[in-house]
Amino acid sequence: MTDTRTRKVEVNVGAGGQGADLATARAPGDDKLNNYTINFGPQHPAAHGVLRLILELDGEVVQRVDPHIGLLHRGTEKLIEYKTYAQALPYFDRLDYCSPMCMEHGFVLAIEKLLGLEIPLRAQYIRVMMAELTRIKNHMLNLGSHIMDVGAMTPNLWLFEVREDLMQIYEHVSGARMHANYFRPGGVREDIPPAVLDKIGEFLDNRLQIFEDAIALVADNRIFKQRNVDIGIVRRDDAIAWGFSGPMIRASGVPWDIRKAQPYEVYDRMDFEVPVGTNGDCYDRFLVRCEEVRQSWKIARQCLNELPPGPIGTDSKVFPPSRASMKTSMEALIHHFKLYTEGYHVPPGEVYVATESPKGELGVYLVADGTNRPYRCHIRPTGFSHLQAMDFMMKGHMLADTTAILSAIDVVFGEVDR
Amino acid sequence: MAVQLASHVPKMASDDGVVDAAKAVLGDALIEAHDLVGEVTLTVRRESIVEVCRALRDTPGLEYQQLMDIAGVDYPERPERFEVEYHLLSLTRNRRIRVKVLTDEVTPVPSIVSLWPVVGWFEREAFDMYGIMFEGNPDLRRILTDYGFEGYPQRKDFPLTGHVELRYSEAEKRVVYEPVSLPQDFRGFDFLMPWEGPEYRLPGDEKATGEGPGAPSPAPAPGGTAPQNVKTPAETPKTTDKPSDTGGGAPADAQAQKEARKPRAAKAASEVSKRGSSPAKAGVQSKTKNGAKAPPGPRPSPGNRKNDA
Repeated sequence: MTDTRTRKVEVNVGAGGQGADLATARAPGDDKLNNYTINFGPQHPAAHGVLRLILELDGEVVQRVDPHIGLLHRGTEKLIEYKTYAQALPYFDRLDYCSPMCMEHGFVLAIEKLLGLEIPLRAQYIRVMMAELTRIKNHMLNLGSHIMDVGAMTPNLWLFEVREDLMQIYEHVSGARMHANYFRPGGVREDIPPAVLDKIGEFLDNRLQIFEDAIALVADNRIFKQRNVDIGIVRRDDAIAWGFSGPMIRASGVPWDIRKAQPYEVYDRMDFEVPVGTNGDCYDRFLVRCEEVRQSWKIARQCLNELPPGPIGTDSKVFPPSRASMKTSMEALIHHFKLYTEGYHVPPGEVYVATESPKGELGVYLVADGTNRPYRCHIRPTGFSHLQAMDFMMKGHMLADTTAILSAIDVVFGEVDR
Repeated sequence: MAVQLASHVPKMASDDGVVDAAKAVLGDALIEAHDLVGEVTLTVRRESIVEVCRALRDTPGLEYQQLMDIAGVDYPERPERFEVEYHLLSLTRNRRIRVKVLTDEVTPVPSIVSLWPVVGWFEREAFDMYGIMFEGNPDLRRILTDYGFEGYPQRKDFPLTGHVELRYSEAEKRVVYEPVSLPQDFRGFDFLMPWEGPEYRLPGDEKATGEGPGAPSPAPAPGGTAPQNVKTPAETPKTTDKPSDTGGGAPADAQAQKEARKPRAAKAASEVSKRGSSPAKAGVQSKTKNGAKAPPGPRPSPGNRKNDA
């Protein structure tokens, strides 16, 4: 029920067109205009995609936020139920399209867990290295746009340069700049050629300085701090109750990182630290992500140094045979044909595999019924619970803080809406 | 069948003793508990889900502080067709657990939104996707689907293509909803091996049935009615007599097609003559071919609009 004591007037800001004119919507003699609602989005440059926020304002102070999501809902989970496991994998690239390989990671691990499949060490190293490069790539976009949303232009342009380098590495490794489809159940699609490994090494040696320069412009900047410090504070207990994960829960002072706590693949061999914030405000989230970039840089470098020789896929009926073997071996040819038509059967069971994606915990709940298609695949998006806490975080803040809080959540709608 | 757990999947603290501890705390609220593929699943009574979750969160030794996910699953053949899965995480004990309740289309599940605020949207999503009711959730609106959407899309009996499609109508200057019409059927291949997977009747199978065991030759079909092969109707040959059979759909725009066929010189001439053409003539040009789907008013063509201005 709407509150009858306060007269509400709809004003459209982002959507345009339908907004009621304040003067005409007000009845004559009605001066009890206390709260009003405005529409933020769905087409708004600071909404990071298609988010519609209904903001109830008292003057310029936000009283209530009602995020309307689902404008990018494509029915990914439904589509996956109608595809074989191999066909379902590319949908994961399109969830969080800023960190595609980390999305694939959850799905392939879920399949491998159900199959009880071991993968070679080289593939695990490659996966971890690419996942960390993806984390850097994701944070370049998020940190840059966060800075831009609170008013600074230059760092974003510099950070995009690093992101572009990573896109090129993506292209060299997988053949695609964004939707890689590179992690496969049983290994990775292709081995990384030595020349590309050199290129990655060159990137890791030389490009960190661009990132440091860009962050140095804003990290101690007075205006940047004024826009972020003490904005959207989430305390430790609230962060736990609201189901936070990833940089959001770490900024609130909980040293929780799935890569450390529940290590998968070769993360337990990696030497890295988990940054933790103290205040749980937007500035802490920003700094936590900055430190994560440096740590990811370290992990990627370690992977590159220690990369063992060997195969990049299991020798099982799940991973396709090499092209060369198909030219000589009848078995391999049959095997390839079967894999790309019928696919493989996953034994019945259910698993929930959570991985540390750049934005937080990405969970894949997979129910297999023993056929070649998933019976049910539920994706636990990271931004979903963070965005739900918008109302909680925004209460009592100014309208202009919406963009800072939204950027610090690091929300991408491909993943929230699925 | 126990599958050997792969060594590279996320490694958590051991779940030893969790099932026993849960049994002791939950009592007869627990229906079933099992530990498969390294994951503990507790099936509990629907009515007691709130108490179960509170016990799992607050009992020392269990301490599942975070609720990470709620997922619905649909098994249409069961009397209680929906499963609701709650995934809990313990930050201090470094473990995960799955709690499961069963329900059907009309029986509500008690909401646990009083325990964790994050539950609100997860329950909204399960309601939106499956139509599972949650009693006590103060804000059980749809969340991912469109405003005014009908049906529950993740149910197994909801078609993959959906029921309505929308497009921007140039004539009405707004987005219009129409029943889904696909020029080509959605093709679903299951690719299962015919001798392992589904019960197909392949062409030629009718020869094998009807004969007794060990019969030297196929017996004649009784009454002359061969068993109908439903899946692959080879008796009705597929021909493409009409353009509508090709699956290509209606031509995008009759006018555009006509323009494309014209030689270049004629095209140039028509561009020049259009400037002086009357609005009535332009209106005639915009008539669409498929009368059923034609918008009520004449579609404005570029020439028409220019003359209006």
